[in-house]
Amino acid sequence: MDFAFMRDTFLTLIGGVPLTLNLAFMAVGLGAILALLLALMRISGLKVLNWPAQAYVFVFRGTPLLVQIFLIYYGLGQFRPTLQEWGLWVFFREPYWCAVFALTLNTAAYASEIIRGGLQSVPHNQVEAARACGMSGFLLFRRIVFPIAVRQALPAYGSEIILMVKATSLASIITMMEITGLAAKLISQSFRAVEVFVVAGLIYLVLNFIITRIIMAIEWWLSPHLRRPPAVEPRLEAAHV
Amino acid sequence: MQQLSYFELVGFGPNGWGWALLTAAGMTIAVAICGFLAGTVVGTFVAWGKIGGNLVIRSLADGYTTVLRGIPDLLVIYLFYFGGSAALGAIGSLFGADGFIGVPAFVTGALAIGIISGAYQAEVFRGAYQVVSRGEIEAARSVGMHRWLMFRRIIAPQVLRYAIPGLGNTWQLVLKESALISVTGLVELLRQSHIAAGSTRRPFDFYLTAAVLYLLITWVSTYLFQRAETHSMRGMRRAS
Repeated sequence: MDFAFMRDTFLTLIGGVPLTLNLAFMAVGLGAILALLLALMRISGLKVLNWPAQAYVFVFRGTPLLVQIFLIYYGLGQFRPTLQEWGLWVFFREPYWCAVFALTLNTAAYASEIIRGGLQSVPHNQVEAARACGMSGFLLFRRIVFPIAVRQALPAYGSEIILMVKATSLASIITMMEITGLAAKLISQSFRAVEVFVVAGLIYLVLNFIITRIIMAIEWWLSPHLRRPPAVEPRLEAAHV
Repeated sequence: MQQLSYFELVGFGPNGWGWALLTAAGMTIAVAICGFLAGTVVGTFVAWGKIGGNLVIRSLADGYTTVLRGIPDLLVIYLFYFGGSAALGAIGSLFGADGFIGVPAFVTGALAIGIISGAYQAEVFRGAYQVVSRGEIEAARSVGMHRWLMFRRIIAPQVLRYAIPGLGNTWQLVLKESALISVTGLVELLRQSHIAAGSTRRPFDFYLTAAVLYLLITWVSTYLFQRAETHSMRGMRRAS
């Protein structure tokens, strides 16, 4: 192992971290909104809404992400005149926006199933109790259903975020120079696959470790009812009576 | 030159890419199956290490599954693609062979997929093993079965039965991972679509066709795994 080379590799690859995180957070953030919409469509009980959402999830979970990225980045070029006419070409011309778009559409499909599971796990008696207190509609959703669903869905959503961080590596195939893109470039220049792989792998592991910890902290913060109650000081005066 | 219609383009006529795409889809399935089976072998040993190993073997196995599930698959594929040739070149030079020895893209791809999916399958097998009732294993031991016989007659059949849903999920992952092998130049479905898109300037049509073919493969394999699950559970009494 050549440590000087590994240090240089590390310094090069660390430059890709902002782009990796940027892509992952853009996709997860935008994807969450779309996913919530899809999940609400799924549980709406209306066939007109349920059916398209189901088809969407089937298509995006059944095809490889790379195909989706190519379809958007290369494929939409076929409709360039139309897109230019609509003023969307500035958007689809950029590999960054194509990657964000593809990752968003992809994560929304997976996340909508997670959110749906969370929403459906909300105990019915809680909803009934809320209705008995006179809550309904949006207030019921905001105060009762949504918080409980988020708590239920969070562990699974955490692994989806990790999957997204890993999925950003595919953006390197459409010329985005994030960690994997830089690593591939370094390997093809130096032919030292193992060293570069070890460094890049470590960076990803550290990133994912930090994200897991953050999710665990949020989970802990959201479930005070599962924690042991803080030890209450015994009331001394009672003992003296 | 006049524009070909979509169906002429992906059809089986003189200008059609139909056969090329179907052959490539066959290649996708072949590399995915080889990778999946390699992963089953790796996964079995890793699960064994996790269940029955001593502290060193257990932490190695845990480290393996954590690392392989925490880094991007593309990185592993690059490692095998570039690293494999370098390693073979080094071994070759020991025997006096000179220069670059390329590893066939199919072997690289199947191995990379095997190593990645092995980590997922190990977790599936471990979970399934924990469902096998302790009593059955004790009973097998008490009638004098030794390890291999017990594994073959008692553990493997039951673990496989409980593992089928998990294996189905892993298979779907493997199928989608196989698209990444296209970066090594293996002419599978995505690579073939890329070639066709480049030479006809109709990228959308070809990637859409590729997506439809992937969906078709996913759909058929979901059905097959469901059949396998019902078949394997035919003697079980289900709650509810």
